[in-house]
Amino acid sequence: MKNRVVRGVALAAIAVPLALLAAGCGGSSNKSSSGNTTATSGSSSNSSVKGSVTFDGIWTGAEAQSFAKVIAAFNKQYPNVKIKYKPVGNNVPTVLATAIAGGHPPDMADIAQPGLVKQLAQQGHLKPITYAKSAISSNFAPVWQQLGTVNGTLYALVFKAANKSLLWYNVPAFKQAGVTAPKTFDSLLKDAQTLKQSGTPAYSVGGADGWTLTDLFENLYLRRWGQQKYQQLSAHQIKWTDPSVITTLKDMGKILGDTANLAGGRNGAIQNGFNDSVTNAFSTPPKGAMVFEGDFVAGVILSSTKAKPKTGFDATPFPSITPGANANAVEIGGDLFVTFRDTPAIRAFVNFLATAPAAEAWARLGGFGTGNKNVPASIYPDAITRATEAPIGKATAVVFDMSDEQPASFGSTTGQGEWGIFQDFLRNPADVNGTAQKLEKAASAAYKSGK
Amino acid sequence: MSKGSITAEPPVAAAPPPTAPAGRGRYLTGATFLLPAFVLLGVWLVYPTVYTIIRSFFGANGYLGTFVGIDNYKTLFTTATLVRAIENNAIWVAVVPALVTAIGLIFAVLTERVSWAVAFKTAVFLPMAISAFATGVTWRILYQQDPDIGAINALGRSISSLVSTPGVLHTALPSTPALQTRNGAVVLKAPLQPGRSVKLGLTGIPPQDVPGGAAQAVQPKPRSGAIDGVVWRDFKPGGGKSGVVEKGELGLPGVTVQLRDASGKTRTAKTADDGTFSFDSLPANTTYHASIGAQTFAKPFGGYGWLAPKLITPSLLIAYIWIWAGFAMVVIGAGLAAMPRDVLEAARTDGAGEWQVFRRVTVPLLAPVLSVVFITMIINVLKVFDLVISLAPESSQAHANVIALAMWRTAFGGVNDFGTGSAIAVFLFVLVVPVLALNIRRFKREV
Repeated sequence: MKNRVVRGVALAAIAVPLALLAAGCGGSSNKSSSGNTTATSGSSSNSSVKGSVTFDGIWTGAEAQSFAKVIAAFNKQYPNVKIKYKPVGNNVPTVLATAIAGGHPPDMADIAQPGLVKQLAQQGHLKPITYAKSAISSNFAPVWQQLGTVNGTLYALVFKAANKSLLWYNVPAFKQAGVTAPKTFDSLLKDAQTLKQSGTPAYSVGGADGWTLTDLFENLYLRRWGQQKYQQLSAHQIKWTDPSVITTLKDMGKILGDTANLAGGRNGAIQNGFNDSVTNAFSTPPKGAMVFEGDFVAGVILSSTKAKPKTGFDATPFPSITPGANANAVEIGGDLFVTFRDTPAIRAFVNFLATAPAAEAWARLGGFGTGNKNVPASIYPDAITRATEAPIGKATAVVFDMSDEQPASFGSTTGQGEWGIFQDFLRNPADVNGTAQKLEKAASAAYKSGK
Repeated sequence: MSKGSITAEPPVAAAPPPTAPAGRGRYLTGATFLLPAFVLLGVWLVYPTVYTIIRSFFGANGYLGTFVGIDNYKTLFTTATLVRAIENNAIWVAVVPALVTAIGLIFAVLTERVSWAVAFKTAVFLPMAISAFATGVTWRILYQQDPDIGAINALGRSISSLVSTPGVLHTALPSTPALQTRNGAVVLKAPLQPGRSVKLGLTGIPPQDVPGGAAQAVQPKPRSGAIDGVVWRDFKPGGGKSGVVEKGELGLPGVTVQLRDASGKTRTAKTADDGTFSFDSLPANTTYHASIGAQTFAKPFGGYGWLAPKLITPSLLIAYIWIWAGFAMVVIGAGLAAMPRDVLEAARTDGAGEWQVFRRVTVPLLAPVLSVVFITMIINVLKVFDLVISLAPESSQAHANVIALAMWRTAFGGVNDFGTGSAIAVFLFVLVVPVLALNIRRFKREV
């Protein structure tokens, strides 16, 4: 799945340069570090917990080193538990499937695909983590427990989350047009018009990568209809011909409808990939003024343009459509921690991971977001990371990427299903009803065959 | 990928029967020598082929999954993306082998006659030395629509710039409904009479496109017997009021304004640094129409969408022919070199022209070689995969789909439906078999 790879690489890229930038800012990031680690109690009962925990995870390189800091923070509290982390890379699903078939799964694993967690839980491979409920509920909004729950039982802790509900904008282009980061959908549309008049097309779209378009649709849908409907649509409990989908397609048409307001025109929008869309918006002079995508955009901007944080580029939450909980809802890519065994050592580690010190150990290094509401925004090493990751902890409504929860032939295959149909929609945004019907036809075929 | 089903290699010729009755030992020795080949063929060709055929009758997941009969084949011929793949492959087979053979033949005959033949042959053959994937990436850049990136469209821009120059304000749009775009020109809708001062506001002009020397826009006062006006960038940060000349909005100097009277006579005036223009000593009681000519707004050459759905398959065919023409040239060239010269000489002595020699002697004598090239190309084209996946951008891949790519996508590239994937592989295999059979028969004849 291409999007995951791209995002993975981009995320890895963001951590290092942003951390370096922060270091350049005079090390102010370290101030807050001492404040919250006082939770370490070091009571004698902790040292009586002994054993080792094997852990298979996605992170390699710099990210693996960051996770090592989390483990080190754990070992301050539980000196006698040894965590054996094995970096598996993006092959976690394959490695786990093989290990389970061979009868020797690790004690714990980090899975990025909510669908896989569900599948493993239903097949009985996972152990419930109900013992962590109180730790999770005192640190996270209730929605996070829901995200880790399969058929009423808690199986997973979402330890790390990437914010996908963001709008990235070119600061000089906005300044030239005299507009500020739009807070609502209406002001977004108005500002887009102003940007066009200023001579910079408002939207830079990477339509050659179908997932950028599904992400845009998902954010618009979440903003207008909220978490519950979003989840129903994810599970195909409501049809794609539903009036809610029609309305959101019309919203999307308001963004994609004006050729003169797309970077490179309609042809450019359909032929540029995600990376092109970012470089087009943040090069000088810019070909577009904003990009809708997740926190991994920062990595691309820093590695392939000369734009600097805050003065050249900035991020703001995806503009709100309906007020209330929907307005600060966040679509995330999550790392779900699951357990294959149940021992006191594993329990201790899971309980620790749900606390603020665990998240802070990584958050202060950058490239990390968490739903832990007790992690202060000041812990993030720089202004951009704070802007992208702090909204996750504040959100009361959180959803996973919809296309990752759907059958792959519909949600994540090049040239067909959602990706292909949204690309056709980008070619002809007036065809709202036809698009809804095509989506419904493809979705019902995919859900029927389950693939 | 089921390796067995799409191989082009002819099977190893069967061992000749022993000429003399021999002892058990000779059979054993023979069998020992054959064993490695049999094992390898069995593991890498026979087993995958048989498994793929069986697998094509079962469901999506697992080693076998559930038996579904011929459902997968039904899916193959009813799913739009898969049908498109079959259609595209038909186009490939119809176009590529014939063109590659023809171009190869022309090159081969020509290289016999030119100096620098070796250099020419090397240049034409060189693409064969590049992996198809790298070729795809290279051509994708060449084909880019943006003339700043794609070399082919950059060439197009150079040619088009000889014919027309892009306008200085090619992104500009009228700022109020009082103005409208007509045939590329911006026209003031209402007719005018002398004694008026008009406002021709434009937006959508990036600051870097504002002509040098531009100063604060000024609206001139109306004068009797004259028409005055201003052309300005009707925008200031925040948008400003459209149709109103405000502080901070720049005039657009050097813009040609046209004034046409009822008789069709046209006067022109150029704007000053503050955007003002004037037409003096106009007879009263005549109505005029003001406009800014289309030339000011002429769009620069935007490039052709070589990678867009409509052109993607032709673009792929061109790149593919570019790769394989060298192969055809070398093989046919070898055939030419081996051809008896006396026959050609005899034909020329008998008074045949060069075209007649080529048409009546060279081509018939080369027929076996040409058919080798032709058939090899059919097999190659049926299996085409790497060029399509690397050259076609993702938004066009559904339109560029071919059978092998469809198979990979269905079985491995996201859908993970091994049943339908196997069915596609079997279908491809069935298409290749008759061509292979033809090839094998010819091999036998030659032996």
